Amino acid sequence: MKFSEAWLREWVNPAVGTEALADQLSMAGLEVDSVTPVAGGFEGVVVGEVLSREQHPNADKLSLCMVAVGAGDHRQIICGAPNVAAGMKVPVALVGARLPGDFKIKKAKLRGVESQGMICSAAELGLADSSDGIMPLAEDAPLGQDFRQYLDLDDWAIDLDLTPDRGDCLGLAGVAREVGVINRCQVTPPALRPVAAVVEDRFPVELDAPEACPRYACRIIRNTDPEAKTPLWMQERLRRSGLRSISPVVDVTNYILLELGQPMHGFDLRQLKDGIRVRMASPDEKLLMLDGSELSLREDTLVIADEEKVVAMAGIMGGEYSGVAPDTRDILLESAFFAPTEIIGKARSYGMHTDASHRFERGVDPNLQVTAIERATELLLDMVGGEPGPVVEAVSEKHIPQRPEILLRRQRVHKLLGVEIGDDMILDILSRLDMQVIEDPEGWKVTAPSGRFDIEIEVDLIEEIGRIYGYTEIPTHRGAVATVMQGEPEIAFSLQRAKEVLVDRGFHEAITYSFISREMHDLMDPQHGTVELSNPISADMSIMRTSLWPGLLQTATHNQARQQNRIKIFESGLRFVKQDTEIKQELMLSGLATGSAAAEQWGKQPRAVDFYDLKGDLEAVLSLTGVSAEFGFQAAEHPSLHPGQSAKIMRGEAQLGWIGMLHPQIEQKLDLPGSLFLFELRVDGLLEGRLPDFQALSKFPSIRRDIAIVVDEGLEFSVVADCIRRAAPKILKEIVLFDVYTGGKIDSGLKSLALGLILQETSHTLTDTDVEGIVERILQQLKNKLKAQLRD
Amino acid sequence: MDSQSTLDIQKLVADAEQQIVEAASLAELDDVRVRVLGKSGLLTAQLKQLGKLPKEERPAAGQAINKAKQSLQARIEDQRRLLEARQLQERLASEHIDVTLPGRGQRPGGLHPVTRTMERIDRWFANAGFMVKEGPEIEDDYHNFEALNIPDHHPARAMHDTFYFDAHLLLRTHTSPVQIRVMEHTPPPIKIIAPGRVYRCDSDLTHTPMFHQVEGLLVDEEVSFADLKGVLYDFLQSFFERDLRLRFRPSYFPFTEPSAEVDIECVMCNGKGCRVCGNTGWLEVLGCGMVHPAVFRHVGIDTEKYTGYAFGMGVERLTMLRYGINDIRLFFENDLRFLGQFA
Repeated sequence: MKFSEAWLREWVNPAVGTEALADQLSMAGLEVDSVTPVAGGFEGVVVGEVLSREQHPNADKLSLCMVAVGAGDHRQIICGAPNVAAGMKVPVALVGARLPGDFKIKKAKLRGVESQGMICSAAELGLADSSDGIMPLAEDAPLGQDFRQYLDLDDWAIDLDLTPDRGDCLGLAGVAREVGVINRCQVTPPALRPVAAVVEDRFPVELDAPEACPRYACRIIRNTDPEAKTPLWMQERLRRSGLRSISPVVDVTNYILLELGQPMHGFDLRQLKDGIRVRMASPDEKLLMLDGSELSLREDTLVIADEEKVVAMAGIMGGEYSGVAPDTRDILLESAFFAPTEIIGKARSYGMHTDASHRFERGVDPNLQVTAIERATELLLDMVGGEPGPVVEAVSEKHIPQRPEILLRRQRVHKLLGVEIGDDMILDILSRLDMQVIEDPEGWKVTAPSGRFDIEIEVDLIEEIGRIYGYTEIPTHRGAVATVMQGEPEIAFSLQRAKEVLVDRGFHEAITYSFISREMHDLMDPQHGTVELSNPISADMSIMRTSLWPGLLQTATHNQARQQNRIKIFESGLRFVKQDTEIKQELMLSGLATGSAAAEQWGKQPRAVDFYDLKGDLEAVLSLTGVSAEFGFQAAEHPSLHPGQSAKIMRGEAQLGWIGMLHPQIEQKLDLPGSLFLFELRVDGLLEGRLPDFQALSKFPSIRRDIAIVVDEGLEFSVVADCIRRAAPKILKEIVLFDVYTGGKIDSGLKSLALGLILQETSHTLTDTDVEGIVERILQQLKNKLKAQLRD
Repeated sequence: MDSQSTLDIQKLVADAEQQIVEAASLAELDDVRVRVLGKSGLLTAQLKQLGKLPKEERPAAGQAINKAKQSLQARIEDQRRLLEARQLQERLASEHIDVTLPGRGQRPGGLHPVTRTMERIDRWFANAGFMVKEGPEIEDDYHNFEALNIPDHHPARAMHDTFYFDAHLLLRTHTSPVQIRVMEHTPPPIKIIAPGRVYRCDSDLTHTPMFHQVEGLLVDEEVSFADLKGVLYDFLQSFFERDLRLRFRPSYFPFTEPSAEVDIECVMCNGKGCRVCGNTGWLEVLGCGMVHPAVFRHVGIDTEKYTGYAFGMGVERLTMLRYGINDIRLFFENDLRFLGQFA
């Protein structure tokens, strides 16, 4: 809702400046979006009259004009506008004037002829974005008057960003009431003078859907002057509210829309047959639109029809047969109330949004229609003349929405706002808001004015009281609220801690979009079912991710394109997997590493990151559970991972995720240079941790024996380690793998593993004989089960 | 003692002293010690010859030898200290390094600035006794709208620009559905915050289709708007770590009544007016209000007995204001040069 401050001040004129007024509105819940000057900054422009116009002797497109800018004060001015004509009243910038953009008007010679000023267009004065020619003024514009003063241009346009509950402030009248309430001052609406009928013509109205349209008022006006123009003052008010002047009838209905908040319509009476019928659309009914297209209506749509055809979608938009034409003389003015529940969502369902639907959706005062039509008639007759008929009002009283009587308890006001507000103050606020108040033992019984659709229950009234009393005046209170204490289980896994581990190991956290492209999904994670947005921003963001890898890869690409070659990133967030009809939303932790294993350093040989670097990072995270031993890695193939360097991350029998090298083909497809490693893990698989369980420390020393064995090259280390552990349970405390070696003296197809075995007894010191026996047993088992040979 | 043997000892001592001073290493010094004072050393030999002297000369001769021995021992000790000190000096000199060369090892990475802010918010409210709760991001219409008093076709829905999957499933447009999910299962008192991702079908210079919110909810028997003012006042002062002016402006959310928007004095210009605050001196940072009775009715909480407040804030906005970030799109580009600034 945008309006001029000067217009508002005709209704209510508190003794506060523009800035303070805007601040008051914002602080009362009518948020001021902007306050802008209604014209550009200029001075030295006066009302002038073109006395004569001649062709410029040396230029085809220029006119030589004699312009009066005061009694007996004539100036020769050259004008390039096509519409300049003798007899026109125009704004004239005199020599010495300053126009917007700090443009100074000087005496000048144009093609050899002197020009003493400039005739201005609306655009040149900052009154329009563009103009076709100079700005014509009213014939009675006072010659020589300062132009700013003439149009009252030292004014501000105030634009309100209203919340959807405040439909009552979508007209100047509602805003004026608020300003009156805030400032405790008188609001004076323009005097309403009902216009008596001159002709007896009545246009019949039938309300076929009275619950949707319980009131419809209309009035015929015959013999209006189609040549008449909208006066400049009204054009200016419309302009300051962001509306363009179109024709007197349209302008007046728009003016009423802005002034009272009542959408109205003016029909060309020639287009209407027999009578108005407000009804629901019939099956397959069509509405011929202004652009010549036909709109198919649904049966749930309220329409305005005559006895032959639909002429408008009620409260939303008129069709081809609804508007006035340049030669229209006989008009039917419409002013109706359509129930918000009937209009809500309808415009949007047809892909439309109009000033009318915006207001009807939010609620127009159901008692305003006749007032509005009288006010419109008065304004219109002043402009275009004509003979009005009587106001025809079809009404279904029982369907007119009634504001409920609400019990407002003084104790609830206190309880909810946290401040005691005196009865006098409450009563004062309610009555200034035009509420009807009846005393009650507990407080008051309150009925809101008919246009306040937002006042339905007690808390709505409490908000009104708080709002007008001032949120700022409500104290700031601390405490007296129950503390709800609930500890976390000690073994709970902390994702935050896991993130810190990764950060400490050189990872940056990324946050990527939860939606990705179909291509990326099919490339990276085709085995998972997807959910797809029905209204995505773009195809690149249409599929909910089933893996966090696509986002991490995109992040890697983005950074590699910016000379970042060492990338270690992770992300945590939901993935969305469709399984049959269910959508599983699972919290994942994923990481990516590529480039050198460590930041380049003078004392270290650079080395590319590999599987075991990332595995080490992952193991650090897994160890936070306190049960590292429960986790294992199982070689397995994944469609987007290198088949020789990928593994399932297991916890017991359950798979938690994947780790591996990005498949070289995908790497190539995505144009990613260098080996890239990824892991992804279901966080819910980590939630169960373990409480530390103290074991007594052995008093006896531990002993280390190193062995080197040669085994089949394909044999997994985990198998070797399991075999050793089984051979010497309890006494074997730890296996340290300190070398893996192939080639050289080792036959091809074999590898050498060098292992440190750390042995310890809890009951006595191990003797050499004990140790030798154990090592012998281990070697025997390795030989029997795995064909391992002791290396000499 | 005859003068000859006295002379011998004097010479011996003088020679030994010379050798001690000339010893260039601890090993050489030890050689001297053995040669002079050792079991078969020169001075020991002198001592062994005492017996050959006439009885009356023995004490004086013994005394002279002992004196010489003590003197030489002291000299050797002095020289040892000297040599040790010199050796240490040499070692230290040889082990000098350039302390300005860069150190070894991983540099830590960093948390995303949005996470950093969310963790600060979570921590503050956790200290104030709020529990952190989470909810699904693919939500149903009921929890995202209906139960929050936003029925079908409500004009407020148009403000939400919702991503849909079908008629009933959508991406949550705010973290408020977590309120509903918690209240459905928890009897009051309830004191929670709910951080997380939210989605709106909007993408331009100042909007990203995904962003983060933190929702707060407190339900108890005596909760008022004044309490809400208190908690948000304290939180915002603490978040920005400065004395900020605050204002609560009446606003509208279907799920709270009364509702308010909270503005803080612009942290960029200290309220003087600048580009960031649109020259108003104020920045809108969160929305809040008293839980609407219709919401309580949806989850079966007695509206006569209980009242509650709720608030919601945009994490990106707070992060941008806190660190002076001027482009919201940077958050999801994950440029390491950006992320690295928050390490």
